[in-house]
Amino acid sequence: MRISIHFREPNHMTSTTLDQKDISDASADALIMVDGVPLKQKLAETTKKQRSRALLLTVPLVLFLVISFVIPIGQMLFRSVHNPAGSNVLPNFAIAIQDWDGKGYPSEAMFELFVKDMQNARKKREIGKTVGNLATRMNYTIPGTRSLFTSTSRKLSKVTEGPYKEALFKIDKKWENKVIWRNLKRVSRDYTIAFYLAALDHKFDDDGDIIAADKLYQIYVSNFFKTLKLSAIITFLCLLIAFPVSYLLSILPLRTSNLLMILVLLPFWTSLLVRTTAWIAILQTQGILNNILVSIGLVSDDGRIQMIYNQTGTIIAMVHILLPFMILPLFSVMKTIPPSYMRAARSMGATPFTAYRRVYFPLTLPGIAAGTLLVFILAIGYYITPALVGGEDGLLISNLIAYHIKSSLNWSLGAALGTILLVTVLVLYWVYNKLVGIDKLSFG
Amino acid sequence: MNLKKHHIAFIIACALVLLITGRISVLIGFFALFGTPLFFMKELPPFASTLDRIWQYTFLTICTFIFVFLITPILIIIPLSFNVEPYFTFTEGMMSFDPAAYSLRWYQDIFHNGMTNPDAEGSAWYSDMWNNAQWVRAMRNSFFIAFFATILATSLGTLAALGLSRPEMPYRGLITGLLISPMIVPLVITATGMFFFYSDIGLAKTFPGVILAHTTLGIPFVIITVTATLSGFDQSLIRASQGMGANGWTTFRKVIMPLILPGMISGALFAFITSMDEVVAVIFLADVDQRTIPRQMFSGIREQISPTILAVATILVAISIVLLSVLEILRRRSERMRGLAPS
Amino acid sequence: MKLTKLLASTLVGVSLLAGATVANAGEITVVSWGGAYTKSQVEAYHKPWMAATGNVIKSEDYNGGVAEIKAQVEAGNVSWDIVDVELSDAIRACDEGLLETIDASTLPAGADGTSAQDDFIEGTLHDCAVASIVWSTIFAYDKEKFPDAGPTTMADFFNVAKFPGKRGLRKGAKVNLEFALIADGVLAKDVYEVLATPEGVDRAFKKLDTIKGDVVWWEAGAQPPQLLADGEVSMTTAYNGRIFNAVAGEGKAFEIVWDGQVWDLDLWVIPKGTKNKELAMEFLKFSTATEQLAAQASYISYGPARKSSSSLVGKYHNKDIDMGPEMPTNPDNLKNAVQNNFNFWADNADQLNERFNAWLAG
Repeated sequence: MRISIHFREPNHMTSTTLDQKDISDASADALIMVDGVPLKQKLAETTKKQRSRALLLTVPLVLFLVISFVIPIGQMLFRSVHNPAGSNVLPNFAIAIQDWDGKGYPSEAMFELFVKDMQNARKKREIGKTVGNLATRMNYTIPGTRSLFTSTSRKLSKVTEGPYKEALFKIDKKWENKVIWRNLKRVSRDYTIAFYLAALDHKFDDDGDIIAADKLYQIYVSNFFKTLKLSAIITFLCLLIAFPVSYLLSILPLRTSNLLMILVLLPFWTSLLVRTTAWIAILQTQGILNNILVSIGLVSDDGRIQMIYNQTGTIIAMVHILLPFMILPLFSVMKTIPPSYMRAARSMGATPFTAYRRVYFPLTLPGIAAGTLLVFILAIGYYITPALVGGEDGLLISNLIAYHIKSSLNWSLGAALGTILLVTVLVLYWVYNKLVGIDKLSFG
Repeated sequence: MNLKKHHIAFIIACALVLLITGRISVLIGFFALFGTPLFFMKELPPFASTLDRIWQYTFLTICTFIFVFLITPILIIIPLSFNVEPYFTFTEGMMSFDPAAYSLRWYQDIFHNGMTNPDAEGSAWYSDMWNNAQWVRAMRNSFFIAFFATILATSLGTLAALGLSRPEMPYRGLITGLLISPMIVPLVITATGMFFFYSDIGLAKTFPGVILAHTTLGIPFVIITVTATLSGFDQSLIRASQGMGANGWTTFRKVIMPLILPGMISGALFAFITSMDEVVAVIFLADVDQRTIPRQMFSGIREQISPTILAVATILVAISIVLLSVLEILRRRSERMRGLAPS
Repeated sequence: MKLTKLLASTLVGVSLLAGATVANAGEITVVSWGGAYTKSQVEAYHKPWMAATGNVIKSEDYNGGVAEIKAQVEAGNVSWDIVDVELSDAIRACDEGLLETIDASTLPAGADGTSAQDDFIEGTLHDCAVASIVWSTIFAYDKEKFPDAGPTTMADFFNVAKFPGKRGLRKGAKVNLEFALIADGVLAKDVYEVLATPEGVDRAFKKLDTIKGDVVWWEAGAQPPQLLADGEVSMTTAYNGRIFNAVAGEGKAFEIVWDGQVWDLDLWVIPKGTKNKELAMEFLKFSTATEQLAAQASYISYGPARKSSSSLVGKYHNKDIDMGPEMPTNPDNLKNAVQNNFNFWADNADQLNERFNAWLAG
């Protein structure tokens, strides 16, 4: 794969439209076609037809992507604010409780609806509308309440008449805790920002005010910054390594540079998992690099260096994997810089360093911008490599999202984290588009 | 294991072990192999100062190191995959080029793993291998999925690229942005969204589901390559063709198609390799029936890392080399056809 | 969503044409934990059942949890017919209505004629789940690393000064917190009482802090024996059957320490809405019969859930090793043992895993 950035102005693309515009501006309305229609109108019609014909060609793919890509992601992100467990399980109670002012206990009528709804849910056992679903949701809000709900629902089948409040309190004293009822009121609403709060290490306190989560439970904000930090380090290392290589490739004669290019392209075309496996083989404690270090006596056999299953492993493997995304745009920009510029600068008395700093470097900036943004965007959402070689401290935000989707089943929290990541990436994408232009990106 | 197989493995691996071992002398040789050509490539002008020379050599040394960094991980797995021991390192035997230290057992294991009776003879062995061997199944799945995903992505992508490169295309920036976005959006987000949505419409755990996902991920590459080919395309050729009475289809077939074919093929190759290498969507969307090679490698690396993975990896590297060569040939051909100077 | 339906059906058609997903009549997908454990099930359950009924079993591996079941059931697209799960997961999935209910009275009586309800060990039959085995998380070490005197107690596992080397632990709060408290001197029977208090949780994490820098974390059951074999760790927590199989099957010099073991159940559950419910139920009844449970115990050292199977448990299938002393339920092994408290973990898993993850990253 070869990425190059074309900075030529696409004149040929706009030439026809310009012509038409010129004509219609210059010529008077009086110009009439053979069929009696004014030229201006005729031209407008043709342009419109051409526009819609061009648009029509893209329609199948746009539709395809909307269905296979945009809707699925939109629907997933919707989960971050929409969690109807409360109203699904307790449909009547969920409406009634909203009238409660949060002081004292809810009214006896509300307790009755609560008991009836709970009994109903247990009897019907409908998927997604069981007491267990509510218990799971409540357990996110007040940890440790899951069994209160599930065990109470089992015992409620014997309760046939009021007073329901006393009946509940008799089943479990925990129901006397007003905090549970206040939280139930909040959970009964279908839309919530609770998961965004959780994703930002915040939560509602017992009175419904937003507070920071306990220090011991804070993980997401710091992980997000870690992801940004690691991506920045990886991007910087990529740039550092890519710059000399791209420069070399751009000054060498075509035949040799094409040969050397293969060394860059081969890793690019090799499976991600192959490369990750290779790095495990090289870097693990019983691996090749450690063996070399031991055999030449740099480290002792007991003092083998831990280079993988941590941040170091993630950084090394990801730099290797993303490096071509930096080399190729840089190379394609450097190729277009005429060597005579540097010679001119030197002949006018500039030292090599000054010539380089004042003439060459500024000319490479578009390539640097393109490569840096691309690598950073790709790094920030990386999943596979950190999952395989990241150990614990090398995990990125994508790995936490996958954890909540695949293991902890807190899909709403996963979606909230996903939204934050997606917005970050899209902002960078927009910047990329503004600075570089997405249609200027090309492989081949 | 007969002697013949020993020899094949031995010959292939020896050359690489020579390059990649713990011995410093050989290591220097390795660097020399990559570095020496560099040092002769660029002649310094006669007026260059000593400082210039020192700088030049330092620079070339740095570049050599970088090329070694790029290529070593890929080369290193090849000899390791011929290791007779289940280790990821060069054994004493390998370093001293003892033929007994090399074997094809991990390549054999690719076929044997999952077979009900690996000792059977003749056609029974082949049908058993074809149907039951885990890696063979994974390979079949990978090719099946990649094939359909490539066809879908290439046809839809080419059509859209034709529209995008027309001068009168409205909302070009917006639509291009949308069509490229599957490459930019983090895979975890894409895969999760598809996992929920495809489950709802009954596409999760099916081949069509995985094919759709891979088509989506391959589309940006097709768009980018085909639009790039079309960027040098002279739109007046279309008008000329129409002026001479050709209808839309004939114009496409006789004029546009031959010119954009190299772009289409390299786009298709990209889509193909993307699908062959993709694992996140497969993790989320596929069942054991749709297990692909990367998926099989992923669980292998996570759970029980065996040299069989290295053998598979070696085969994949060989496939990459073939695809890369095809692409390189196409690129040159395309540049010739469009009358551009070779880059 | 008419369009998506249309798209879906065309694509399903395409795959049928390609002959990729043609479901045979009489095929079920059985999902379990992979490795040596699945192998024992294949030998003891799958093969005899397929031979007896002519049906086909597709075996799939997973790493536990109810994520996949939940996704399949909620989408109404169930491809797993019967799944081997941990107790806390079985309870949670049952509470959320993701599982078919199983009437215990329809299970076959024991070989000695006792009804199923009496034959199964107490606490192994549930609304939606039938236990097959008792397994345990123990810790094991490499004898070559400690030739003179190996560790004997949970406290030794946490004593890196006395027993140097890396430690392997399962990534997650469950079991690790119990181990930490036991190592810190809490009696096995009091573990959950202590863990229910915030101070108890702090105490457990504080104990884990003492070895944090020396831990290699594992996720799949197949990893710990591998870690020991590769010399990446000198001791590791593990599922007892995996270590036993590495010793008995591959001749590794590993030793199990039973002190402080946390034992648990593995149960069969049937996801709600599977098209093969009848067949899955048939397989469940077959595999949890006295003989099959006893047969399974000759392939891996997990205790059968039926009392009537215990007397039939004999030797390892191809070696002269008595299986009895290797079982987690052997009285000698139960001296200082904890039964995993599924209620505690149902309530606290979310919160404690969150804290565990934060602790891990910090």
